[in-house]
Amino acid sequence: MKFIAVIRQVPDGESRLRIQGDRVDLSGATLILDQMDEYGVEEALRLKEKHGGEAVVVGFGPERTEEAIRTALAMGMDRGIHVVYEGYADPVTVAEALAPILKEESPTLILTGGQQADWDSQALGGALAEALGVPVVAWTTALELEGETAKAKHDLDEGAEWVRVRLPAVFTTQQGLNEPRYPTLPGIMKAKKKEIKKVPFGGGSRVEILQESIQEKTRLQKVLDGKDPVAAAEELVRLLHEEAKVI
Amino acid sequence: MILVVLDHDGSRLRKASLEALTRARRLAEALGERVAGVLLAEGQAPVEEARGHVETLYVAELGPYTAEKWAAGILEAAKAGVKAIVAPSSRQSRTYLGRVAYALKAGLLEDTLDSWAEGGQVYATRYAYLNRVTQKVRSALPVVLTVKPNTTPLAEPLGAQGEVVALSLPPVATVEVLERVQEEKKGVSLTEADVVVTGGRGLGSPEAFQKVEELAALLGGAVGATRAVVDAGWRPYSEQVGQTGKTVQPSLYIALGVSGAVQHLAGMNKSKYIVAVNKDPEAPIFKHADYGIVGDVHQVLPALIHAVKKLKD
Ligand SMILES: Cc1cc2nc3c(=O)[nH]c(=O)nc-3n(C[C@H](O)[C@H](O)[C@H](O)COP(=O)(O)OP(=O)(O)OC[C@H]3O[C@@H](n4cnc5c(N)ncnc54)[C@H](O)[C@@H]3O)c2cc1C
Repeated sequence: MKFIAVIRQVPDGESRLRIQGDRVDLSGATLILDQMDEYGVEEALRLKEKHGGEAVVVGFGPERTEEAIRTALAMGMDRGIHVVYEGYADPVTVAEALAPILKEESPTLILTGGQQADWDSQALGGALAEALGVPVVAWTTALELEGETAKAKHDLDEGAEWVRVRLPAVFTTQQGLNEPRYPTLPGIMKAKKKEIKKVPFGGGSRVEILQESIQEKTRLQKVLDGKDPVAAAEELVRLLHEEAKVI
Repeated sequence: MILVVLDHDGSRLRKASLEALTRARRLAEALGERVAGVLLAEGQAPVEEARGHVETLYVAELGPYTAEKWAAGILEAAKAGVKAIVAPSSRQSRTYLGRVAYALKAGLLEDTLDSWAEGGQVYATRYAYLNRVTQKVRSALPVVLTVKPNTTPLAEPLGAQGEVVALSLPPVATVEVLERVQEEKKGVSLTEADVVVTGGRGLGSPEAFQKVEELAALLGGAVGATRAVVDAGWRPYSEQVGQTGKTVQPSLYIALGVSGAVQHLAGMNKSKYIVAVNKDPEAPIFKHADYGIVGDVHQVLPALIHAVKKLKD
């Protein structure tokens, strides 16, 4: 059995973003393995622990993405593949870049995050599934293998459902599926020796980013002292009614 | 043809579908195309209502939702030759349209705030970096575009009597739905609500949410929750606001006992007015709030309910 986690490296949500020449500049940001993809790495490791086989991490992005692949290897993934690409790529393009590799690996199943923390795309799972001609289960919160199929629970826009799906399939992950483990020191040491195969990607994105801007809405920040809760509540309601006019 | 995916609740088109129609008509005008609709249904669908909005309406009865069936239905309708597909943005649409965009080798513009066509290309604005950055993006045709709810005026019916074309699809059976876990629906839906009252771990117990519900009901709003609260089992996941929960953009967002973590902010930082109640004056949420009270939520919340009642009388 082979379990693949598709990952990307993204800025930590807490880190400051800057704009340089109309584009987000990440040079000062802390970059991490996307936390949504981390759930996929964790699930691949658990599946391997339970059913045996191999757990492979496939990363897409610039050279620095290797750090995120190493993090996944330190968590316990067996080997890595890095599709090297600079700049922005839309999900259809990413799926095109990854499809030949995933086909060659012919995994039991593929996991990837429900939403990317940088480009905010939720479509990679669907695009990958289409590229491979397999089903997709999005926003998965439980996953069990049953022979040639998997049983999974996943969220819908309203409610949730249990499905049985023929494998191979793509699953997008999210909170609730598992609690990702931390890389251990021995894990980090071992990860240094694990193989990362580099694959260049020569294609280009269909969607272009023309401009990026940070529009942190300036907030009024009118903070009242609540020592006298009744007076503070009345003043707040007055402000919301008379000034903001929202109630 | 500009194809609109008309999402519905089994009896009526959703408001978000009317927004998608507005966007589709704008693109159609700029590109000199006609607007067709596709109605994908599990059982009853509002065919009569939908055909009043489009010249051609493709209808497919597909049974329970799966991304594969929905994608197949849209691709079948798109066979008539499509320049753009416009759909309401939802978790489900953003999954099955990933399939559709790949199949058509189309540019995919997700969760757009606005969109327009110029020189045969489609432009859009959208958020990125957990809602912190606004992007202007461009794609050549064909394009698949999803419309963020509550961004666009609602389309009026054309008064058309669109031709109804039934789609027949070969069975797609890679995913079998075993069991639906329906969400209990009460009051206004979180994503469409104009007022959202969210409780965080600072509320201390699930019982304290009775007062949150009371305030939300008084303001005609919906209840939200943080992940900490959902993880603790105090509230259902369907109420979670944030990166892994729902994105809301109401006129008024009230955060009670919420610290203001980035992952939470990602789901609500575009609200028009943000109000915070927290006992810690250093809580990050205050930096993102228009109005706030530093105080104990157990004292402030009842006082707020009282003050709102007084205002309404
Ligand atoms: C990948 C990922 C995705 C995530 N997605 C989400 C998401 O979608 N949504 C989300 O919300 N979080 C999400 N999180 C979690 C997020 O980082 C925070 O842990 C969470 O939002 C904290 O919830 P909280 O503010 O309720 O709790 P806490 O951080 O515990 O804050 C409680 C606050 O209440 C205040 N307080 C305590 N007692 C009182 C009182 N008596 N009166 C007034 N104030 C009081 C405290 O001062 C504190 O500020 C995600 C995290 C990760 C890693």
